[in-house]
Amino acid sequence: MVHQQAAILRPETMVAEFKKNGVTHVVTIPDSETNYLYELMEEQDWLEVVPVSREGEAWGTAFGLNVAGKVPVVLVQNTGMLESGDSIRGMAIDAGFPLVMVIGYRGWTRRGVIADSVARYTEPFLNAFGINYYLVEQNEDGERISTAFEESRATSRPVAILVGDEYHGFNR
Amino acid sequence: MIDASDVFEAFKPHRGDAIVSTTGTAGRYWNDFSENERRDVSLGGAMGQTTSAALGLALGLPDEKIVLFDAEGSLLMNLGAIASIAGMKPANFYHILLDNECYATTGGQPVPNAQGIDYAMMAKGAGYAATYSFDDLEELSTSMGEIMDETGPVFVSIKVNPEVQNLPIGLRERRPSRGRAETIDTLREELGIS
Repeated sequence: MVHQQAAILRPETMVAEFKKNGVTHVVTIPDSETNYLYELMEEQDWLEVVPVSREGEAWGTAFGLNVAGKVPVVLVQNTGMLESGDSIRGMAIDAGFPLVMVIGYRGWTRRGVIADSVARYTEPFLNAFGINYYLVEQNEDGERISTAFEESRATSRPVAILVGDEYHGFNR
Repeated sequence: MIDASDVFEAFKPHRGDAIVSTTGTAGRYWNDFSENERRDVSLGGAMGQTTSAALGLALGLPDEKIVLFDAEGSLLMNLGAIASIAGMKPANFYHILLDNECYATTGGQPVPNAQGIDYAMMAKGAGYAATYSFDDLEELSTSMGEIMDETGPVFVSIKVNPEVQNLPIGLRERRPSRGRAETIDTLREELGIS
């Protein structure tokens, strides 16, 4: 039990990484794993949460924010990322700007068989689009979030953070 | 129905320093009327997503008026955006829909329920601060000043004549236009954004 608690990825870690990397806006659709993160983001006076109706909108909205000189992050679940294919192509990759995409890795597990098809398609999707990604499961992985930001700034490309769902850390 | 070029002629005197973006077949005529191309920005790149990009621009530049000339075929591909826009309440956002009731660029096929949709009513229901609907040029011309004085988000639906493209892509008239990246670089330079 103690081990499992230590392995949780705390929402505070994610928000601290956003602040450290100068994020101004989080464009998002909430999902069941990120509810507490959503509430925590709403409490930050330096951060604006931009809810959208469908994930495909998120990339265009982030692009517009970037044109305006802001630093957006897109926070959606892997299901929504799959829905967003053409938007990711046209409004993120082709637009050529630094963008960290925080993707809830629904269905992912280190143990046994992955039963949820969206988890099976998530990494192949990112590979098909040539988007590099970092798996983040627990607080100790927090530095990988900054690594993703640094890479996106250096390449002016989207870089993904896959948030492993194993410990349901965002739900506390 | 109104010619798209007449819409731009009516808008031009009321533009001020507004940043203008267009999408759709009709939107390409804006280049013939703009007198400040440094504040014209191309945000297209994925189906229906210019609307969302314009929202992002409006949120990021709250002290600038952002005018989007949208198209109904494009908006229908991203209709949830009207809820997202209304939810964020950008006071500086002017969303002008040029509704030609068809996909003019692909040969004029009708959009779904082409003549039966009241887009202004949809925007009002979504929660835009003000909505307008026009199919008469004189009414549009006399209202444009009032529209641009409104607090956004404002939605304006205008019935425009379709200019259907039937020639193969390679044979169509190529209108000179700047690329997306160039317009963005110029706008950022204009606004002092590094």
